[in-house]
Amino acid sequence: MAEFKEISPNASTGEKLTNWFENRLPSAFEAYRVHMSEYYAPKNFNFWYIFGSLAMLVLVIQIVTGIFLTMHYKPDAAQAFGSVEYIMRDVPWGWLVRYMHSTGASAFFVVVYLHMFRGLIYGSYRKPRELVWIFGCAIFLCLMAEAFMGYLLPWGQMSYWGAQVIVNLFAAIPFVGPDLALLIRGDYVVGDATLNRFFSFHVIAVPLVLLGLVVAHLMALHDVGSNNPDGVEIKGPHAPKDAQGHPLDGIPFHPYYTVHDIFGVSVFLMVFSAIIFFAPEFGGYALEYNNFIPADPLKTPAHIAPVWYFTPYYSMLRAITSEMMYALIACVLGAAVLSVVKFKMANLFKGVILGGAVVVVAMMLAIDAKFWGVLVMGGAVVILFFLPWLDSSPVKSIRYRPDWHKYLYGIFVINFVVLAYLGVQPPSPIGERVSQVGTLFYFGFFLLMPWWSRLGQAKPVPSRVTFAAH
Amino acid sequence: MSDTLADKSQIDPSKRTWLIATGCAGTVGGVAAAIPFVSTFQPSERAKAAGAAVEVDISALKPGEKMTVEWRGKPVWIVKRTPEQMANLKKNDGQLADPNSERKPSELTPEYARNEARSRSVKPEVLVVVGICSHLGCSPSDKFQTGAQPSLPDDWQGGFLCPCHGSTFDMAGRVFKNKPAPDNLEVPPYVYLADSKLLIGEDKKA
Repeated sequence: MAEFKEISPNASTGEKLTNWFENRLPSAFEAYRVHMSEYYAPKNFNFWYIFGSLAMLVLVIQIVTGIFLTMHYKPDAAQAFGSVEYIMRDVPWGWLVRYMHSTGASAFFVVVYLHMFRGLIYGSYRKPRELVWIFGCAIFLCLMAEAFMGYLLPWGQMSYWGAQVIVNLFAAIPFVGPDLALLIRGDYVVGDATLNRFFSFHVIAVPLVLLGLVVAHLMALHDVGSNNPDGVEIKGPHAPKDAQGHPLDGIPFHPYYTVHDIFGVSVFLMVFSAIIFFAPEFGGYALEYNNFIPADPLKTPAHIAPVWYFTPYYSMLRAITSEMMYALIACVLGAAVLSVVKFKMANLFKGVILGGAVVVVAMMLAIDAKFWGVLVMGGAVVILFFLPWLDSSPVKSIRYRPDWHKYLYGIFVINFVVLAYLGVQPPSPIGERVSQVGTLFYFGFFLLMPWWSRLGQAKPVPSRVTFAAH
Repeated sequence: MSDTLADKSQIDPSKRTWLIATGCAGTVGGVAAAIPFVSTFQPSERAKAAGAAVEVDISALKPGEKMTVEWRGKPVWIVKRTPEQMANLKKNDGQLADPNSERKPSELTPEYARNEARSRSVKPEVLVVVGICSHLGCSPSDKFQTGAQPSLPDDWQGGFLCPCHGSTFDMAGRVFKNKPAPDNLEVPPYVYLADSKLLIGEDKKA
């Protein structure tokens, strides 16, 4: 227990009150110091560093609007669609709350994708920030679960058939799949039971996990300190510090970055409000038109596609056809042979690798392409968790990597956008080929990273961060 | 911390054994307590009981028309095929993945429907199938018009196209090769109660 502090009887009422609380809840004051007033963040942050704070803001918006929507929404297959229309038409200002929530979902993914890209280019996932990154990836997974289950709730045609397709993906898993899909749906088809449990997951179970992960993400971040665009450690043993031991290249989060973030928040809210008021459906991307038709279990809409933030993964799912399996088998065999020829290791290991490759190929021939499609889609997200151990570049930040790395990251982004675009389009033979090449590139980018990230001459990294006073 | 750690001699092994045993018992109890919670995810008794058979009157169905009824929450199609459509079925055989409905016969095709038209011999022209694609569960759309059209081959003989991932089925619900859907459309158990009265969901006359 901390020492009990006495205060002069002449102190002001405010000071006395503060002292009363500080003696009874010192950890709150300690938390304020550790995370706000004495959390030193690098002074060279650029605009990429706003998206973490914005993600927090959107999280708050989603929770608050979600609470108010829950007051009017009915998680019942017979009433759900009507209750959402009721919110839109009859509840005073209900349309605003609903549009904030639906636009917030898309905004969340915009902000989080940019936040993740920032981490990617500045090497923010590298030692000692591996756990920050892993908690972040887990948050991303939770967000996907939130978005998927939340999308069922309006019980429109896209809600219904989207859920039908995604739940049936689980049925593709050999042996346990069909039973697993049954457990998820709680009925033989997507129905009232499914809607009710998705509601429960969406409003309480997943948000609780999400909040826990956000706390873990921030704690891990504040323990190891933020990275910065130069990838230079400002708190390391050799980093320059002032007489009190505070890093010379750091500034306290409060007031410097709180004020800085308020500016970013203002810009964000301008764009966010503009969308809410003038384009809440965003041309059918944020709210798909087919979802204004009540769910009809007897008729699938002519064109179904997931909401835009899932489409890159959906493209990869569609890319895995029985033809594509031969390309994947060639990749597995190629990788196995290459690793045996190229690396020095005991013969036993070589045997294990070759044997493993043969088993995998046998499975790839035996099990339906549908299952591998599901595996590729899941793998596209799961592979992100391993990024800290895939990157072997001697420098963290893209600033000091060989120039061609920048182009490679550029192609990666373009590839991701192309996959996203193809995912909203109806299936076509050309689209299928392009998405197959895109899928191979996506996985090649990550799986070959231990090799290509080492290539080329890194530029010298300065000992202090690059910063011009302004 | 280090000075509060008891050195080895101070550890009471019997207490430690009991701690471990209690921990294990607690874990078993925790897992056991999770079983009822996970079990609630299963379909309820009401959902299981909801699979009653459906009676359908098909007297109004004209050749070339399709009607849809709901059975166990799924669309069941009843299609009265024209003689021309029946004749066209043969032309597809070479392009089908499972023309003779041999795959998973116990789940997909009852014995009496294991023929070219996948229908009962009483009324071979009447097709009864569950309108759910065997890929990811979308409901395919009607493409009864023959000939070239978007997303379909030029020698199209009429059938169904799944809007989700482009799987195609012929007029007997048989899936074409090299499509995402692995299997033919499911033929539910059904029986004719009278000339134009169908019972879907049961194939033994009650």
